[in-house]
Amino acid sequence: MAAVRVLRRAAAAARLRGAGPGPGPHRAASGARPPSVPERIEEKRRAALLGGGQGRIDAQHKRGKLTARERILLLLDPDSFDEYDMFVEHRCSDFGMDSSKNKYPGDSVVTGRGRINGRLAYVFSQDFTVFGGSLSGAHAQKICKVMDQAAMVGAPVIGLNDSGGARIQEGVESLAGYADIFLRNVLCSGVVPQISLIMGPCAGGAVYSPALTDFTFMVKDTSYLFITGPDVVKSVTNEDVTQEQLGGAKTHTTVSGVAHRAFENDIDALLNLREFFNYLPLSNRDPAPVCECHDPSDRLVPELDTVVPTESTKAYDMLDIIHSIADEREFFEIMPSYARNIVVGFARMNGRTVGIVGNQPKVASGCLDINSSVKGARFVRFCDAFNIPLITFVDVPGFLPGTAQEYGGIIRHGAKLLFAFAEATVPKITVITRKGAVQIIFRGKEADAEAEYVDKFANPFPAAMRGFVDDIIQPSTTRLRICHDLDVLASKTQSSPWKKHANIPL
Amino acid sequence: HGVQLQGGAGLVQLGKHASAGYWSFTLRTLEKHVSEGRKACGFFYLSSFVSLQTFEKLLIANRGEIACRVIAIHSDVDANAVHVKMADEAVCVGPAPTSKSYLNMDAIMEVIKKTRAQAVHPGYGFLSENKEFARRLASEGVTFIGPDTHAIQAMGDKIESKLLAKNAKVNTIPGFDGVVKDADEAVRIAREIGYPVMIKASAGGGGKGMRIAWDDEETREGFRFSSQEAASSFGDDRLLIEKFIDNPRHIEIQVCGDKHGNALWLNERECSIQRRNQKVVEEAPSTFLDPETRRAMGEQAVALAKAVKYSSAGTVEFLVDSSKNFYFLEMNTRLQVEHPVTECITGLDLVQEMIRVAKGYPLRHKQADIPINGWAVECRVYAEDPYKSFGLPSIGKLSQYQEPLHVPSVRVDSGIQQGSDISIYYDPMISKLITYGSNRAEALKRMEEALDNYVIRGVAHNISLLREVIIHPRFVQGDISTKFLPEIYPDGFKGHNLTDLERRELLATAASLYVAEQLRSQQFLGTQRIPVAKSKRSTWELSVRLGDGIYPVAVSKDGSSFSVEVDGMKLNVTSEWNLASPLLSVTIDGTQRTIQRLSRNASGDTSIQFLGTVYKLQILTKVAAELSKYMPEKAAEDTSSILRSPMPGAVVAVSVKPGDTVSEGQEICVIEAMKMQNSMTAAKTGKVKAVHCKAGDTVGEGDLLVELE
Repeated sequence: MAAVRVLRRAAAAARLRGAGPGPGPHRAASGARPPSVPERIEEKRRAALLGGGQGRIDAQHKRGKLTARERILLLLDPDSFDEYDMFVEHRCSDFGMDSSKNKYPGDSVVTGRGRINGRLAYVFSQDFTVFGGSLSGAHAQKICKVMDQAAMVGAPVIGLNDSGGARIQEGVESLAGYADIFLRNVLCSGVVPQISLIMGPCAGGAVYSPALTDFTFMVKDTSYLFITGPDVVKSVTNEDVTQEQLGGAKTHTTVSGVAHRAFENDIDALLNLREFFNYLPLSNRDPAPVCECHDPSDRLVPELDTVVPTESTKAYDMLDIIHSIADEREFFEIMPSYARNIVVGFARMNGRTVGIVGNQPKVASGCLDINSSVKGARFVRFCDAFNIPLITFVDVPGFLPGTAQEYGGIIRHGAKLLFAFAEATVPKITVITRKGAVQIIFRGKEADAEAEYVDKFANPFPAAMRGFVDDIIQPSTTRLRICHDLDVLASKTQSSPWKKHANIPL
Repeated sequence: HGVQLQGGAGLVQLGKHASAGYWSFTLRTLEKHVSEGRKACGFFYLSSFVSLQTFEKLLIANRGEIACRVIAIHSDVDANAVHVKMADEAVCVGPAPTSKSYLNMDAIMEVIKKTRAQAVHPGYGFLSENKEFARRLASEGVTFIGPDTHAIQAMGDKIESKLLAKNAKVNTIPGFDGVVKDADEAVRIAREIGYPVMIKASAGGGGKGMRIAWDDEETREGFRFSSQEAASSFGDDRLLIEKFIDNPRHIEIQVCGDKHGNALWLNERECSIQRRNQKVVEEAPSTFLDPETRRAMGEQAVALAKAVKYSSAGTVEFLVDSSKNFYFLEMNTRLQVEHPVTECITGLDLVQEMIRVAKGYPLRHKQADIPINGWAVECRVYAEDPYKSFGLPSIGKLSQYQEPLHVPSVRVDSGIQQGSDISIYYDPMISKLITYGSNRAEALKRMEEALDNYVIRGVAHNISLLREVIIHPRFVQGDISTKFLPEIYPDGFKGHNLTDLERRELLATAASLYVAEQLRSQQFLGTQRIPVAKSKRSTWELSVRLGDGIYPVAVSKDGSSFSVEVDGMKLNVTSEWNLASPLLSVTIDGTQRTIQRLSRNASGDTSIQFLGTVYKLQILTKVAAELSKYMPEKAAEDTSSILRSPMPGAVVAVSVKPGDTVSEGQEICVIEAMKMQNSMTAAKTGKVKAVHCKAGDTVGEGDLLVELE
């Protein structure tokens, strides 16, 4: 019940915004004869391209946002967009919705397929200028169609979210639409990459579609995500909080971990999304993409010989290592501002996409805690699902001690990271840059014992002699070794015992 | 290879590094270094030491470039430095602050005993002109590679050196007076001399701790800053005040004396290009001196050296006015930073001479043997931001570093490598870049090329300033003085000023790079389950933002080159378009340029180093640029009510507390970085809201120091 109420509130807000004065679609300038079919098609097409009309387009621009179609224009290669369902209209006849001024060809979402750097992608872009981008049954149906197509063909789905919520006039029809989308989000999960870019409001039940996708990106200052808005929060918990504080890009990229990255504005976000897309395979049937690479795979990285301080207690920046080994120093970091004691993201090695996971000694000594375990685990599972090799840089003092962590369930959350790595069958290459957990084992008085232990185990030999590590390498050769190993491991096959699905400790 | 063998020990000149003035203590021959060095610059001769007696173990009590081939001592933060790796033995003498390491005489004496070094080369700075150090070495029977204690003392004392100079019939500066006890005395002396006066450290040469005062207030301020800097750089806070000569040239004579009463002058170095009284560009010879003046200066310099029985390499500094009157400034009793230019034109190896002389050998040359062969120019490449007061220190890790050694006739003396840290504790010099040629124009042309081919990433650097200086018409004509920088850039250095043609070249290059990148991002290797749609596009309509201007640029692909239309003009841009290479050779309508693309991102932002200066551009498709107008303006932080640290450093003093009222320009705190103290002042009058730092804190660039209401 609570959820329904939430959706209604959001939808009511949408209606207030969406149903204001403004030109509806143009009526045919009927002369003596009724317009021909081609004329009507052309008429509808023109109307569809105008969305909610020039007034609302201007209002959208005034908010610092682009329209649904402008966004698609920037996201996709020029002239590559093939639109679906441009003529679909909502089917609601209650509350005067069947009047012609309330009908917009295409309704409140633009859907279709196109190319990003030549590669296929399916896209839906919610149109805030039509009923505040609210989700009608028809709107949901359009989204479901592109998702179904994407799953069948095997190509990613990109959602550009800008919606006030459910279409209140449609009631359960709209809510059922969400259910249909959620189901497809889940069915597509692990089949094709799903990316959500939040470019406006996304509240109530609607938030769960992005939450079910692989990546959620946000636009700073103009997008927000929350279950209930500040008004409801105030009436229920008496908390005073702004939209931005509650569900803005900063909140979700630094505090909640709901969003994976935030961008400055619509254009910045869409251009970055294009670049991000190039790292991803089209589906779980495809290998990680290999791009043309100008950076020599056998490039030595002399600075790695000195980057790790000789004192084991001194911090260094794991990003320095990642940048120095990656092709052209490029690293698309995922969740750069959240749980910063672990670094995850995409890079290329000799052109091939890899997922990189690294402890970050610069932040909380690179220890593992609840948030960093969950962050790392989800990233590892994405890479494994989509055939992206994993490169892990280890320098970890261990799991973070303390009541906050134990009470918060570090045992079960930490288990996620172990589970994800163990379950992954993609090529996995691990580079231990410094240390394991000696400092944690011995604390305080037993200095002599610690010294002995350190002497025995805080060097690579015990592990190397027992075959736990494959080799001890000169740091400057790291890139060369990884590139070489990736070539060899490209043909790796590894299967798990049959199961319906594993039971990761959630 | 100049290898000497005696008792199994070899003293080797290390080619490139040797020519840079590095000497290594070594117990084995290091021929690979020699051959490396020979490749790098072949114009130094390595004279044979065969069967001569030498030191078996030599300690270099220094760091960085000057220490590079030595048994260098080092501080904690230098543990991974190049000079430590190059040495056969390296000894840590303490934590990062110089007062606890490279200036820590007790620790260094301890090292000498432990390593049984027979001689010490002090490099420059630190203890190089410390008579106490020389005295302690003498008492331990260790040879100090430098002049004897008496000469250091005589020349280190500005009063005595002046008297000695007068007695030796060397022209001296009027208004010379005494050592200063406190600020009041400083003012009294300054008034006696008459303003302007120059205040500087007695103990140190160069520009360290040197300030110019035009009135009493500035004298007091100068006294305070200079004495603190002197203390931190030289461990000696004595100061000196003397008449400041307006518009002078700084020209110095290299001398070399032995223990047998011989002394030579090795021609001059022109060091007039300075910022904040520190040298930036040096050359040898000077365009300004005629043979008579040169000889007169040289002879006076030698007279002074002989007067103090000077037995090492040293430098006699003169100020030269526009009528070629020259005045003795001071004598530096050590190897100078800029000694390579002298080595280039004379063919002498000064470090080698220093060591020979220290061992007691007589000079091998006669005055008539000292030539001026060609021309040499040295640029001091600093890790600093030249846009702030011609250079405020920058720190960081050298994420990429590549010296322009592929350019002919280039010598680079450096003590760092890719991955090195530039820390707040030491001088921010990255390297000395030296080019030479048969004449000045040739040397300068090579310098231009060398600067363009120098890859320094991760820290700010002053390549832009250096390049602007060496191409400036006044510099090219030799019309310079120590006031060159403030005169040429009265409002501060702003980078290269693009001509219309250069701007078009930059826009065309940036746009071509963008398109090359776009084209590459459509290249996927291997077979694709869903074929990649081939773009039929051959023309790109772009919009490039550069500074305040937005320029429409159209790019058409034409085979491997691009035809770019800017401002209604067509330019042809060709390159290999290797997008991973730090250096990019681009030919624009037949003009070859070496550019560096420092960064790019998906948002179209790119920064390109072009003609030495880094330009920030944003390249968008025409469509995206048109839609940009709808993007919200992000409010910028009000910077007048907050004070952020302009550089990384240590807080020396905080002069305000919350609730204080400060007036515009009032000092709020003092930040020391790279041995320089910088006074941070209020940008407006107001009440202090919060203070976020305290004395002793280490702060990073951009850290919030103080907030005003």
